[in-house]
Amino acid sequence: MWLEALTLQLGYNATLVTLGAMALGIAAGVTGTFLFLRKRALVSDAISHATLPGVGIAFMLMVALGGDGRSLIGLLLGSAASAGFGLLCIGWLTKYTRLAEDAAIGAVLSVFFGFGIVLLTIIQNLSAGRQAGLESFLLGSTAGMLWNDAIIIAVGGTLTLLLVVAMRRPMTLVAFDPEYAAARGVNVDRIDLAIMALVMAVTVVGLKIVGLILIVAMLIIPPVTARFWSDRTDHVVILSGVLGGAAAYIGAAFSASAPALPTGPIIVLVSFAFFAASLLFAPGRGVLAAVLRHRRFQRRVHMRQGLLALAQAQPIYEGYTLRLLKSAGLVQADGVATDRGKARAAKALRDEKRWELVRADQAMEGAAALYDGLRDLETVLTADQIAEIDIKLGGPQGVPV
Amino acid sequence: MTVALATEQGIAAVDLIAESPLAIRGMTVSYGEKPAVFSVDMTVAEGAMTAIIGPNGAGKSTLLKAALGVIKPLAGQATVFGASLKTQRARIAYVPQRASVDWDFPTRVLDVVMMGLYRELGLLRRVRAHHIDKATDCLDRVGMADFADRQIGQLSGGQQQRVFLARALAQGADLYLLDEPFAGVDAATEKAIISVLKSLIDEGKTVVAVHHDLATVTEYFDHVFLINTRKVAEGPVSEAFTSGNLIAAYGGRLATAQIDQLDLAAG
Repeated sequence: MWLEALTLQLGYNATLVTLGAMALGIAAGVTGTFLFLRKRALVSDAISHATLPGVGIAFMLMVALGGDGRSLIGLLLGSAASAGFGLLCIGWLTKYTRLAEDAAIGAVLSVFFGFGIVLLTIIQNLSAGRQAGLESFLLGSTAGMLWNDAIIIAVGGTLTLLLVVAMRRPMTLVAFDPEYAAARGVNVDRIDLAIMALVMAVTVVGLKIVGLILIVAMLIIPPVTARFWSDRTDHVVILSGVLGGAAAYIGAAFSASAPALPTGPIIVLVSFAFFAASLLFAPGRGVLAAVLRHRRFQRRVHMRQGLLALAQAQPIYEGYTLRLLKSAGLVQADGVATDRGKARAAKALRDEKRWELVRADQAMEGAAALYDGLRDLETVLTADQIAEIDIKLGGPQGVPV
Repeated sequence: MTVALATEQGIAAVDLIAESPLAIRGMTVSYGEKPAVFSVDMTVAEGAMTAIIGPNGAGKSTLLKAALGVIKPLAGQATVFGASLKTQRARIAYVPQRASVDWDFPTRVLDVVMMGLYRELGLLRRVRAHHIDKATDCLDRVGMADFADRQIGQLSGGQQQRVFLARALAQGADLYLLDEPFAGVDAATEKAIISVLKSLIDEGKTVVAVHHDLATVTEYFDHVFLINTRKVAEGPVSEAFTSGNLIAAYGGRLATAQIDQLDLAAG
């Protein structure tokens, strides 16, 4: 069953939903990356919640005009209009009042959502139109998705994706360095507006599948996940699209394989699984890698301190340091240095003295900047330079035999 | 007679503006009710290196940003090479303060320099080998070619500043505006930056930098512009960098002992 779902063998409707969800996932992942890079992830939450009154109003309008109010394109246009109005409200509040953007987002999000719920409740009690199913815009519903619906989602997702590709350079420029962008004549406000409009497009298109409450997850989790794996903008964008598409595909297929699994939430959970795995295991930025890096660093510090203590015949109190020295065969069980330990300790102390000279020498500023108390001097200076320092250090050299 | 004289002066003033790489007239910028920059005129000398100096909060960076249209002034305007800013954008390169961006941004050193080629690349043109070569050359000029593949957050402050300068170089502009290029950088970087700026001057370009270290003004710059919300003085260092002007700009913030140590122009 599970395998059949993944290979699109569960019938017409399941296949439609799975492919539609994948198109949406790719578009959302790619578009969301720019929102994330611009550090305005929260705006997507406001946009999605602000779609709800539009759904209600569009339904009422269509019924008033004599239809049954179920045309997906009509409902999506309505939701886009009200999301756009919500964005304008946030922009206005941020610009002309002393409210910060987060407060404006909170206010607009809750008011629009509240109003939308009121409208939906009124609609439930109307006798006109086929109101059943409107509430599916909250959490998404894929049961009974039509060919036309799938086409709208696929076309909308693809168009959004193309626009993002076309706009990627100015959007990256503005996200990284808005002042520089402005100085180059890029209209920063207009680019921001474009990012918002693209996010709005993804949100509206995704309402049918994942619903307005969970679309935020499809916009934000993939770029955050992708960020763990790469330090390059283009790679993060592409990876985010792949992760978003994969999560949507797998999630939709999985939910189709059993009767009582909701599509949107399953997609979000799959996306979260990618995120959790990346958070833990990504090389470089992952938690595990960070812990290992810290442990390795701590080891080097303790080793160095232990050697310096040995060289100066100071007692070592820290158990960890002693254990390290013992396991490296540098001290015996009774804490006395072995021959090898003595040699390493003497070198550590001599290096420390050399470093002291390097750091005091104006001419060796470049090398001195690399001092961290751990680095071997040989990795920073040439043998000749070290010989020169040793001459300055004094001590026995060239002793006649 | 008086009429003719007035006209001659008028023409002279217009010519000065027309020739200047950057001419600012009546610039007033305000954050809230208190002007940060008030009715400032500035005429940048072509082919020279000009320092904008003044105490903290004197509006140095603000003046630069307003001239570039990064922030919207309340009043005033700027012309670039005698024409409107809009038509001359391609001839200006701006180096913002290092602190103005998030250095954890997922981008490499080379990618940042490639942003300097924004106009050449446009929206959809493909990145070709010669674009990458150009960016690498610019990195080489600031001594950062070995760092091309690093994530920008791994660089020291001085190295980050040099990457910003390389991005400006990639634009191939005629007028370079730098906001505190020497703030918080190491001595090696300061040396590297100043030698690049001097080489730009040798190529006939014009450089304007917001500067905070009075001790190096005479050594680094040809012209100086003193500001404290209002313009205090402008001109060649040998004429305008005087203790009188410094006291006028800095007031009590500059101890007489400090002034005595500076290599000042007479006057």
